[in-house]
Amino acid sequence: MSILVDGNTRVIVQGITGRQGTFHATQMLEYGTNVVGGVTPGRGGTTVIDKVPVFDSVQEAVDETGANASIIYVPASGAADTMLEAADAGIPLIICITEGVPPRDMIGVTRYLRERGATLIGPNCPGVISPGHQCKIGIMPGEIHRPGSVGVVSRSGTLTYEAVHQLTQAGIGQSTCVGIGGDPIVGTSFVDILGLFAADPETEAVVLIGEIGGTKEQEAAEFIRAGGYTKPLIAVIAGQSAPPGKRMGHAGAIITGTAALASEKTKALAEVGAVIAPTAGEIGATASRVLAGLSG
Amino acid sequence: MKLHEYQAKELLASYGVQVPEGGVASTPAEANRVAQRLGGTCVVKAQVHAGGRGKAGGIRLVSTAQEAEQAAAALLGTRLVTAQTDPDGVPVGRVLVEQTMEVEQELYLGILIDGSAGSPVVIASRAGGMEIEEIATESPELILRVAIDPVVGFQPFQSRYLSRAMGLNADAAKALTPQLTALYRLFMDRDCSMVEINPLVVTKEQRIVALDAKVTIDDSALFRQPAMAELRDLSQENRLEATALEKGIAYVKLDGDVGCLVNGAGLAMATMDIVRAAGFDPANFLDVGGGADPERVAETVRLVLEDPSVKRILVNVFGGIARCDDIARGIVLAMPKERREMPIIVRFLGTNKEEGKRVLQDSGLTIHPIADLNEGVEVLRRLATP
Repeated sequence: MSILVDGNTRVIVQGITGRQGTFHATQMLEYGTNVVGGVTPGRGGTTVIDKVPVFDSVQEAVDETGANASIIYVPASGAADTMLEAADAGIPLIICITEGVPPRDMIGVTRYLRERGATLIGPNCPGVISPGHQCKIGIMPGEIHRPGSVGVVSRSGTLTYEAVHQLTQAGIGQSTCVGIGGDPIVGTSFVDILGLFAADPETEAVVLIGEIGGTKEQEAAEFIRAGGYTKPLIAVIAGQSAPPGKRMGHAGAIITGTAALASEKTKALAEVGAVIAPTAGEIGATASRVLAGLSG
Repeated sequence: MKLHEYQAKELLASYGVQVPEGGVASTPAEANRVAQRLGGTCVVKAQVHAGGRGKAGGIRLVSTAQEAEQAAAALLGTRLVTAQTDPDGVPVGRVLVEQTMEVEQELYLGILIDGSAGSPVVIASRAGGMEIEEIATESPELILRVAIDPVVGFQPFQSRYLSRAMGLNADAAKALTPQLTALYRLFMDRDCSMVEINPLVVTKEQRIVALDAKVTIDDSALFRQPAMAELRDLSQENRLEATALEKGIAYVKLDGDVGCLVNGAGLAMATMDIVRAAGFDPANFLDVGGGADPERVAETVRLVLEDPSVKRILVNVFGGIARCDDIARGIVLAMPKERREMPIIVRFLGTNKEEGKRVLQDSGLTIHPIADLNEGVEVLRRLATP
């Protein structure tokens, strides 16, 4: 099992004829993802990567291919438009990789998508991968993943790869890995993903990778306190050494108050029973310990 | 991107928000002329991108144009060191000369994006004049939050609620509504990530005036805010950080001596944490980025390799879009000749890691390959013990 994606996921790539779009569509196909088409306005009727049909609009792509997921690789200035178009065409899962989408655009996008019942992952995220279903919708290196029963949810890209690498090295496979994105406004929160993992019978435990800024980790802690997620949780918070007020690459990571500090987030999660990895170097070891406790 | 107070106030005024009478000056003579025009008591305020100006002597109260000129002469061309700047301070290139006013009440007013709610939020408090962080620690009950529905925008009833909660009288409450409505419009129009008015004052005449103003434009929206982008003052930013910004590189200068070259913001922060937990201090935060060619990587890593405070380098790259060999070639290209002895601790994983390792091993640079970060910490310790 898995969350968000499975063997029935049919993916279209918005921006498939761009450099990034073509490259990652190829990578996804090689991994085994069912990429059924692409969308680039003005390029409809052509094909890319040997056989993938290109459409002028998401609606045409959905009508022709029965796509039920979309991944977006278009520049920031046009990203909001493509997310809205995907939701309007009835796509239930929209994953936006694009970095640097203005937050004002996301205010409207998140509302519009919620009203249409679409799930948005990102923007500014590595995407979603479920190794057991050979379904990768994103930019993560597929080869580091192994099928298994640990879920991973993270605000970061490469730090997620680091966590997955350590898990795989420790012999721990993953059910689904979700990068929710590093921006201030993203479509899906830790709470949403923990809720999905809670309901997934094949996920036994979750690794949560948080970082400084905002209060999303505290909201996850509240959700756990209220009983929304009861499986074991391993957590690590990046940015313990960040000086207050400095922006560390992710717009979401500005320390805006004490709640945004790494120490506060660690405390909130530890209080509801999460096992905290002291640093990101010890995610694999910490997960091994927790899982050994489960089987023993 | 931060605006100066004088830029923020010009922007506020263009939206109909009331600000004190005043003018900006870049010479003492100009300050004199502004003060003459205003007449009477004035305040001369250093224009820097940092808080804590008052305590640092950057805000001077003067009673004549002559004194305004002297205050401007004392501030202009100096570097102001405040609690929020690094020890070198920031240069004062302009002063804002403003009329003083009789204040009855000082309020705090801020608008920012609430990421969790996915909407703008107005933060207000009757305890204006204090830093909001101070209010949050000392009297959190005085902080009011009003979430704004972006479809309908800021509404008068929300202003009335804030007025009641802050104890404003009927006249002041009536004056507050158009001011807050204008501030919200500005916030949305200009793609702000923050508007902070502290203090927003109620004058003796029950006018509402923005006595100070901090406006930050979201960097990601500058492409469609050309008028705002023009207001950037690179002199206010750390030289290395300013260079990075011009080139679109995520870089923050820190105090330590371990240069960190990492791809991805999260992994970069996590790497810094590991360095710090081991008792060492990172010299920088740097996201080397993904998918760049060696020349572009060289440009990026040069910020770290040429930083005189850097004594050793930790490279941690998880190749995905980024290719380890491109980053290795970039490091070789960028390393200054006289620093070839500097120890470089390298961990490459993912795309083209073997090729990357080979490039570095063959470069003649002082390379310490490691398999994981815990081993990296051991190497740091070994290098530190003579």
